[in-house]
Amino acid sequence: MNAALLIDASYFIAAFLFIYGLKRMSSPVTARSGIVVAGSGMVLAVLASFLYTLDVNPAAQPHLTTNISLAVIALVLGLGWAWRSGKKVAMTEMPQMVALYNGMGGGAAAAIAAIELIGYKTHGSISLTLAILGGVIGAVSLSGSLIAWAKLDGRISKTLRFSGLQAVNGSLLLILLALGAYMVSQGGAVAMTVFIAFFVVALIYGVMMTMPIGGADMPVVISLYNAFTGLAVGFEGYVLNNPALMIAGMVVGSAGSLLTLLMAKAMNRSVANVLFSNFGANGDEEQGEIAGSQKPVDAADAGINMRYASKVIIAPGYGLAVAQAQHKLYELVKLLQDAGVDVKFAIHPVAGRMPGHMNVLLAEAGVPYDIIFDMEDINAEFKEADVAIVIGANDTVNPAARSNKSSPIYGMPILNVDQAKQVYVVKRGQGKGYSGVENALFYADNTQMVYGDAQKVMVAMVQAIKSLGESH
Amino acid sequence: MDYTTTVLSGFVALYIFMLAAFAGFEIIGRVPAILHTPLMSGSNFIHGIVVVGALWALLNATSLPEQIIGFVGVLLGAGNAAGGYVVTERMLQMFKPSGKKVKE
Repeated sequence: MNAALLIDASYFIAAFLFIYGLKRMSSPVTARSGIVVAGSGMVLAVLASFLYTLDVNPAAQPHLTTNISLAVIALVLGLGWAWRSGKKVAMTEMPQMVALYNGMGGGAAAAIAAIELIGYKTHGSISLTLAILGGVIGAVSLSGSLIAWAKLDGRISKTLRFSGLQAVNGSLLLILLALGAYMVSQGGAVAMTVFIAFFVVALIYGVMMTMPIGGADMPVVISLYNAFTGLAVGFEGYVLNNPALMIAGMVVGSAGSLLTLLMAKAMNRSVANVLFSNFGANGDEEQGEIAGSQKPVDAADAGINMRYASKVIIAPGYGLAVAQAQHKLYELVKLLQDAGVDVKFAIHPVAGRMPGHMNVLLAEAGVPYDIIFDMEDINAEFKEADVAIVIGANDTVNPAARSNKSSPIYGMPILNVDQAKQVYVVKRGQGKGYSGVENALFYADNTQMVYGDAQKVMVAMVQAIKSLGESH
Repeated sequence: MDYTTTVLSGFVALYIFMLAAFAGFEIIGRVPAILHTPLMSGSNFIHGIVVVGALWALLNATSLPEQIIGFVGVLLGAGNAAGGYVVTERMLQMFKPSGKKVKE
């Protein structure tokens, strides 16, 4: 039995486990075992890769001991750091963590491309072209994902925009194309400085492409970079003649692209619109003043009113999770249910920071699935609801998306909370939402504002309802 | 046994790419919205396989620049795979009990 056969067989099994695992992850019933299946494929593939040591090229033979030690150190460091950071990260911060890990994958693909290019190891023009393509996509994914991570993590709050931005980005792209074409035309035999310039420009392009994009759009961008990294991995797999990379990379490349389209569709925008329009840049000037005033109400009063309602719909947003109020909210829900109130959750497709993020956060608090509904399934029920309570959500319940053509969010589907008899909005203060758009809902006649930290408001509501029960 | 690795080039590679792309498309197409976040994270984990390619590149490195880049590549790839696994597993773990509680 030779090493090559063992390696190839392991990769075949790994590729099967990846696809089968991903398939299992696509249903809530089997999802948990899906990641374990895919994980075992990964372990098998990594272990099998050490069989490469039996069969390295003759030129690398003298360096083998050093290379093996380097490989083990890099594996242990990368794995150790990522394992610890992944265990520690709060559920609310999951999107930026995914961005970070994704950027690392893109960087690894770019590193493979760099080694193949500077070592002149590609064979033929197809191999060379794919190495270059994978390299540029990987590098863009690396720097772009890092910016996305920094933005979501609040490390960069500035949104870089200037009038010539598209021209600058266009020129960068042209430079990349020219450098790439030059490298291919020379059969890869170009000076080291050209390679370095190529990767530097690619990294800058990733930064410039991501900087103008606002935080609210970041999930779409992360998903796009996820697909990018997949593609880059697939291409480098071709260069290395490695079917496991080719298959896994391309599966993620296409799955990620579809996921990106689904997310953009949920926000009623095209991917091109997300990437190239200056969303929210001129929102302030275009919007007229909204007539009326915001009417505050005491948390306890709102709580008691809900206790005597027959139907309450909750529209949670990211602010709920930031305040860590999911658990208190579920306590309130259980109290209301005990009092015979019909309570349902309405989840907007982009509630939270990613599609499905809010479901993860509610699941963390133990909220059962049969009271959580997607927007399409519950929107018709708002007009029958006595109370709709909005907690930490803003743009996803803004009626301007329906009526105001000049609003930057015009056309985005929203939750019809304004159709409920009474609307409560739990909010920290009078500020605007994440996208910086003014919300007409807050000024509506049937809306009352409950100002305060979501967690404290929930505690006040729970106490008010409990004290009601004691006096009977 | 005499075995040499098949070289996957030309149309063989194209077939692999095409079928893999369709597989990815089909798998994600039927996923309920509630699983989008874990699934994005799960697919993020799967392209962590790039660590295997980086390992090969590092083990065959012949110069210091190659060793440095290869080391960084393996480090980043391992981070992608391990981090992707941990966060996906953590998210999906929470879905299990709620699924059972649904029908009382």
